[in-house]
Amino acid sequence: MDFVNAIILLLNYIFIPALTYGSQLALGAIFVTLIYGILRFANFATGDMMSFGTMATILFTWYFQSLGVSLGVLPTALLAIPFGIIFMIFYMLLIDKFVFKYYRNQKSPPVQFAMVSIGVMFVTQAVVRIIIGPGDRRFFDGEKFIIKAREFKEMTGLNEGLALKSTQVITIFVTIVLVSLLFWFLNRTKTGKSMKAYSDNEDLALLSGIDPKKIVLVTWVIAGILATIGGALYGLDKSFKPFTYFNNMLPIFAAAIVGGIGNPFGAFLGGYVIAFSEILLTYAYKKFFMYVLPESMEPNSLVQLLSTDYKFAVSFSILVIVLIYRPSGIFKGKVL
Amino acid sequence: MRKNLNVIAAYSIMMVLILMVGIFQSWNIALSIFNLCLISAVMTMGANIQWGYAGLINFGIMGYTALGGLAAVLISVDPVQEAWRAGGFDILMSLWLIVVMVLVIRFILKRFEKSKIRTYSIAAIIISGILLIRFSAEPGIEAIEAVDPAKTGFLGGFGLPIIFSWIVGALFAGGLAFIVGKVALGLRADYLAIATLLISEIVIAIIKHEDWLTRGVKNVIGLKRPAPYEVDLQTTDWFIKLVEKFNAGKLTVIENLADRQAALNQLVIEGSSVFVKLCYSGLFLVVVIILLILTQKALYSPWGRMMRAIRDNEEAANAMGKNVVKQHLLIFILGSAIVGLAGAMLVTQDGLFTPGSYRPMRYTFLIWVMVIVGGSGNNFGAILGGFVVWFLWIESAPIALFLINFFTVGIPATNALKAHLIESVPYFRFLMMGLGLLFIMRYRPKGILPEKIDIK
Repeated sequence: MDFVNAIILLLNYIFIPALTYGSQLALGAIFVTLIYGILRFANFATGDMMSFGTMATILFTWYFQSLGVSLGVLPTALLAIPFGIIFMIFYMLLIDKFVFKYYRNQKSPPVQFAMVSIGVMFVTQAVVRIIIGPGDRRFFDGEKFIIKAREFKEMTGLNEGLALKSTQVITIFVTIVLVSLLFWFLNRTKTGKSMKAYSDNEDLALLSGIDPKKIVLVTWVIAGILATIGGALYGLDKSFKPFTYFNNMLPIFAAAIVGGIGNPFGAFLGGYVIAFSEILLTYAYKKFFMYVLPESMEPNSLVQLLSTDYKFAVSFSILVIVLIYRPSGIFKGKVL
Repeated sequence: MRKNLNVIAAYSIMMVLILMVGIFQSWNIALSIFNLCLISAVMTMGANIQWGYAGLINFGIMGYTALGGLAAVLISVDPVQEAWRAGGFDILMSLWLIVVMVLVIRFILKRFEKSKIRTYSIAAIIISGILLIRFSAEPGIEAIEAVDPAKTGFLGGFGLPIIFSWIVGALFAGGLAFIVGKVALGLRADYLAIATLLISEIVIAIIKHEDWLTRGVKNVIGLKRPAPYEVDLQTTDWFIKLVEKFNAGKLTVIENLADRQAALNQLVIEGSSVFVKLCYSGLFLVVVIILLILTQKALYSPWGRMMRAIRDNEEAANAMGKNVVKQHLLIFILGSAIVGLAGAMLVTQDGLFTPGSYRPMRYTFLIWVMVIVGGSGNNFGAILGGFVVWFLWIESAPIALFLINFFTVGIPATNALKAHLIESVPYFRFLMMGLGLLFIMRYRPKGILPEKIDIK
């Protein structure tokens, strides 16, 4: 019985939160990796682009709520996401036309692109804050829990409860659907294949008649979809605050690089690697050992490897270690 | 003279702008802008050495700034005797353990050939060492943090004059840069940017959460000053006389003796804070001028030429027998040390250390905007960038407010859109910075004052 309790404990506090957080990171990381692989620069505006998409989603959510439209048990935001995506893609194409296109035609070095993306970061941050303000916004409605901890305890008679939030289920489900669609698109369709070819060898791809304008357009469209959905899911699960989104850029970068930058599948797994290591290393295992070990061996301290304050530091340290020892990432991305 | 005309013109415009703030807003604001411009100028000089001279991207400026600030705390705060008695021994033991760990790893690195076993054993030593230190230091840290947590709760510092911390801050930052450089300098440019950014976040996380050393987010306030205190000045005779002399014209107009006294008191209070700020300006100006002379000398020395050669063509420089790796490391350390110096200056001026306020927007990206806008590779450009960007950063809110009112003059103040825009005036500074950076990068990619190298 104690053993089952221990498992439920780990599921509740480590596995499910890490899976959710990892899914959110994974979407962002695929976004970073696509931009890096096809447009060839590290996009420092990642976090703020995600917050822009989320902002658009929130605005549409409010509009629908004011109209009285809702999805019942599901959050209204799900209905608003497609509109948010359209808004976001429009904004990204606008930025590409006025900012990035010039440098692409000039064949500027990646460093210059990165600097320009910092300019975009500043502008996007300003736009988001001017439109929606810097404060914390919650835009979740609908049923909050699928299983409540108390109900679970009553149902199974265990000591430990398992709480399952609907946002967690939605996040994981949407991520799986979206990522499978994306991989189907990249691997099976002609446009997807030409994107991969363009990413692998630009000159060769151009020689074989691939239209670079179309590739860039499709990349921004996919990036817009990923950024908006990733941002909106994070906002639904936690809350929306522009500053947090800016900070999230860092673990997202970590996930993309750990997975091997330029490699979407690596980025996808990288998100989970980062999320799990962050949570595994900062969780206090005292209760777990109380269940597993005999009473005489129970630990006195919290059995926490690192205090939760260092959550971010964990993912950054992993990244630094990966950069030093295996710069192409765990799943072999582009060689640096 | 002719050649430097644009430099002189740019600096005169900048000075006139600051003077205008002094005349139209207040001298206090003008001087605090000026002081922070000087500190920003020191930071941009550090970043410019790395980026402009050597082409190294360092997005970790925030981390070095914070380390400089930490140095100011550790140097100037009086030691907390009680805390040392409570946990000093444990902390020293842990320090000793770290030293032993480093020595053992060095020994292994030297003694054994590179192999999987060596890598794993080093990893094992590091992990077990961290665990050991964590468990051995735990009681000490808890004891230290329990010592009067509302006031101290940390070990304190050495109780020396805070001016020394400027050097120590530079040393701290240089030390960190040595480690970071050893680890990360081999990476390609954009990866170096990401790696340094993340490392600086780790540094901030440590400073924020190791309360026994830094007091963490509880902040350290009331640091010693190299300048006199306003309160003391207000009761000093010579200062009151000085203020009286300066404002003689204004004061004699007032007939009533009591009124005149009240006016004088007001002037003394204002004057004292201006005077203190002037003291800081003097100190900072000395630092900026010394650094400017040194960096200019370095830029035109054989060493500077070598750095530019390395920047422009690494392989060719390597083929000419220059040790690229070593020079990169050296310049990384030098630039970071200057940033650390600026961090210590900043904390000295503020008189308080708030780890929570170190954010990458303000301390990394803004400094980069300064370098790019001012002109990388040109010291005068970098300093000008520090001035222009900081000035706009502070004054953008009033400017935005003015523009909003100007364009919406026909719309009543109760209009929801207008009210919303006026409410979000503080965020227009981000917009201004972003647009400024984008325009400069597009139409004047070398900055306001571009790099100019004459071959003499």
